[in-house]
Amino acid sequence: MPLQQQGHPGWTPLRDRIIVTTNAVLDQPAPDGAGQAPQKRRSGRTYNFQRHANRTGWLFAAPGLAILLAFVFFPAGYAFWISLTDSSGLNKPTFIGLDNYVEAFTDADSLNAIWNTVVYAVAYTPIVIAVALFLAIFLNRKDLFARGAQRTLIFMPFIISMAVAALAWSFIINPNTGLMPYWFSKIGINLPDLLNDATWAMPTVIFVAVWKNFGYFMVIFIAGLQGIPGDQYEAASLDGANAWQQFRNVTLPGLRPTMTYVIIVAVNTAFQTFDQIYIMTNGGPLRSTETIVYRVYVEGFSNFNQGYASALSFVLMAITLTIGLIQLSISRKQERDLV
Amino acid sequence: MNKRTPLWMRPGTIGANILVLAVSLLAIFPLIIVLVTAFTPQDETIAYPPELLPSTWTLDNFQGVFDRIPVWSQLWNTIQMSVGVTAISLLLNSMVAYALAFIDFKGRGLLFGLLIATMMIPFQSLLIPLYKMLSEFGWIGTMTGLIVPRAADVAGIFLLRQFFIMIPKELRAAAMIDGASEWKIYWRVMMPNATAGLLTLGIFNFVGNWNDMLWPMVMTNSAEDRTLTAGLALLNGTAQGVIPYGVTMAGSLISVLPLVIMFAFVQKRFIEGVATAGLKG
Repeated sequence: MPLQQQGHPGWTPLRDRIIVTTNAVLDQPAPDGAGQAPQKRRSGRTYNFQRHANRTGWLFAAPGLAILLAFVFFPAGYAFWISLTDSSGLNKPTFIGLDNYVEAFTDADSLNAIWNTVVYAVAYTPIVIAVALFLAIFLNRKDLFARGAQRTLIFMPFIISMAVAALAWSFIINPNTGLMPYWFSKIGINLPDLLNDATWAMPTVIFVAVWKNFGYFMVIFIAGLQGIPGDQYEAASLDGANAWQQFRNVTLPGLRPTMTYVIIVAVNTAFQTFDQIYIMTNGGPLRSTETIVYRVYVEGFSNFNQGYASALSFVLMAITLTIGLIQLSISRKQERDLV
Repeated sequence: MNKRTPLWMRPGTIGANILVLAVSLLAIFPLIIVLVTAFTPQDETIAYPPELLPSTWTLDNFQGVFDRIPVWSQLWNTIQMSVGVTAISLLLNSMVAYALAFIDFKGRGLLFGLLIATMMIPFQSLLIPLYKMLSEFGWIGTMTGLIVPRAADVAGIFLLRQFFIMIPKELRAAAMIDGASEWKIYWRVMMPNATAGLLTLGIFNFVGNWNDMLWPMVMTNSAEDRTLTAGLALLNGTAQGVIPYGVTMAGSLISVLPLVIMFAFVQKRFIEGVATAGLKG
């Protein structure tokens, strides 16, 4: 300690003293009671500090919070109210109770849309994750030709819009004028009219989504892979673990937090699929690619059944909420496991 | 492992190289098709057998795009909406994130819970109430209507909070001693220290809004008010039987080109940002 700071006993520089005080307040857990200042007995100053913090905290949060309350929270409640009416968007809505929900769960078209969305999510999520993880492991190797450039190329589809991706793929797979059916026919494979075939339309729109997003998930997986300490692999190979065993016992456990995040993002986006359906298939053929959001759009803005479309929106919201709660409990559990 | 063998000669490496190269080509192939077809004469886009490259190059398709959709006003709308949402939401999100990260205020836990609940509401399920609200305000087809409902988002708040809590708290304490107001600490001390986070979120929001189709499609009534991405849906009219692929690809090219150019400048930052967002999720 510099000599000049050693004044009379008990003296510490003013600066240090105040930092200690502020830190003590900052490190406090948020007090439970109203106006219950920490260390009340000390002085009025600390008390004011807490009151001041309460005010500035809410002031800082206020503008953003106002937007979220007005345009997320309120509409969520409003959607529920609309779903209890026969609103068309043009008439004066009357209250009809849960009729829209009854219809949503009995109407064949809506059940079909819910089912399609679930199929889409269940197929899309593991495929995109498997492809992305597989590529991440390869692109994490140092012996790869032009590794950085190839990462960028594989990431490219993520930055273009799904609208453009859907238009491009529609052209490429067009049975009459597309390059892909032509090239396949040259090697003796006759592709069906993918988008007009009730069996193939869904796999095709899933393929486009996988193509558009695998680079994104790959980048996340690469970051996760780089977080796994190399000595774990060394230890495993010393123990005689082969590549597959290393993958099973070192890579996968090391990727667990990344994996949780990726699964949640993939499932959530899958349940919100709209763009490529709208452009590539319009829900067809024979409603084989109608998803929940597509149906919300058609019912709400083309057929003017806004009450009914809101009920469907609420089904979507319930699904997303369930996924979110599962996510929360998983990440809580992971935090506990880490501690 | 034998370190003296050249890397590319190691067994398995050639196979891996070919495989990854094939995937890279698959990733980029549709973009090449967009680029080439945009300059291909219309009659060649529907010719059989299809060819990868046209016999002559043409700019007619771009004329076709300008004839069908108001490109300039849609491009201007796209820029306004992307820049507007990005700038405003960066400000509002970072303010909430600052409060969460640094200020020990009463009700912080409540705010946290509220935000988590909000995050679980998918925006697609709010289309109808939002449409009704914006109609009520007279905001349909206006830039205000496109921007304001998106001026804050919970994922952005949480991402920025992650960046803020990595900044040492002593920095704030020291600034307080120097008599800086809370706003000054936020604006002059913490924001410059969170540049990486702000850039990541900014690029994310910009790209997301540029590429969004459903939101501007629902919240506008006329082609004039739409963004380019939503306008593309208008080019794809199948009513005439034959989709004018040359024109749709030219329109697609106009809509992706600004993003691709931007990506060329920020790609490293963006890819790193995606990676950190994943790690912090």
